[in-house]
Amino acid sequence: MMNIRFANEQEKMLHDVNVLSFVVVELNLYLDTHPNDRNAMEYFNHYNRMANQAKKEYSAKYGPLTISCADTMGCNEWKWALTPMPWEGGCN
Amino acid sequence: MWNYEKRLEFPVNITSPNAKLAQVIISQYGGPDGEMGASMRYLSQRYAAPYREVAAILTDVGTEELAHLEMVATIVHQLTKDLSMEEIEASGFANYYVDHTVGIWPQAASGFPFTAAQFQSTGDVITDLMEDMAAEQKARTTYDNILRLIHDQEVCEPIKFLRAREIVHFQRFGEAKLTDLRGF
Repeated sequence: MMNIRFANEQEKMLHDVNVLSFVVVELNLYLDTHPNDRNAMEYFNHYNRMANQAKKEYSAKYGPLTISCADTMGCNEWKWALTPMPWEGGCN
Repeated sequence: MWNYEKRLEFPVNITSPNAKLAQVIISQYGGPDGEMGASMRYLSQRYAAPYREVAAILTDVGTEELAHLEMVATIVHQLTKDLSMEEIEASGFANYYVDHTVGIWPQAASGFPFTAAQFQSTGDVITDLMEDMAAEQKARTTYDNILRLIHDQEVCEPIKFLRAREIVHFQRFGEAKLTDLRGF
């Protein structure tokens, strides 16, 4: 995954969201069965913050990834419904 | 409750439609060891889990399976997009097409519809977790079989990701079973 070439900035930012969110999913499942592992909790806190930040930054630029990022910020269009669905391919 | 994230867990961008592959891969949507059965199995079993860690892993794996269900549907959707009538007939897709056009419908590769009869929720945490570990192995085998049948890199990459997740889930369910045993 070191030499991925991105077509544009949106693709790169979505890739970062996907990578960070995947780390969060892995740590989430691991912690469910190791709920006293303090090192894993530290990792979780670190990557969860990064993932949330990446989602917020992507959403502000390219449309909301989650309903909690769907504040219209003065825009007169409901982007949550109007940006492409993830199964459309391309940069999704 | 659940929230939707408007992205796939792992990207799917298939540029060459292929209805033959779609008919094989749809088994992981609604087939006997598919993602729909996996998700419904874990999300149904969790109410009878007597340990919080077990209820947690069933909830979170059951949730991740919904993301996998969306990935499999996306693969099938992209493989069946923009097909000509000639391609539909030549690829053996006509039997599916006549009932569903190119809509996504949960069935096995054989055409057998999705059914809850293919999984259990016994109310016994050890029995359920043993079934869950077997289910992850069965799904891994199905993905292995799919990988032997397909060679298009754009399809292989997301399938390889899904296959790897089965192994992680198997590991976590095994650890959850140890949680139970510590209680005795």
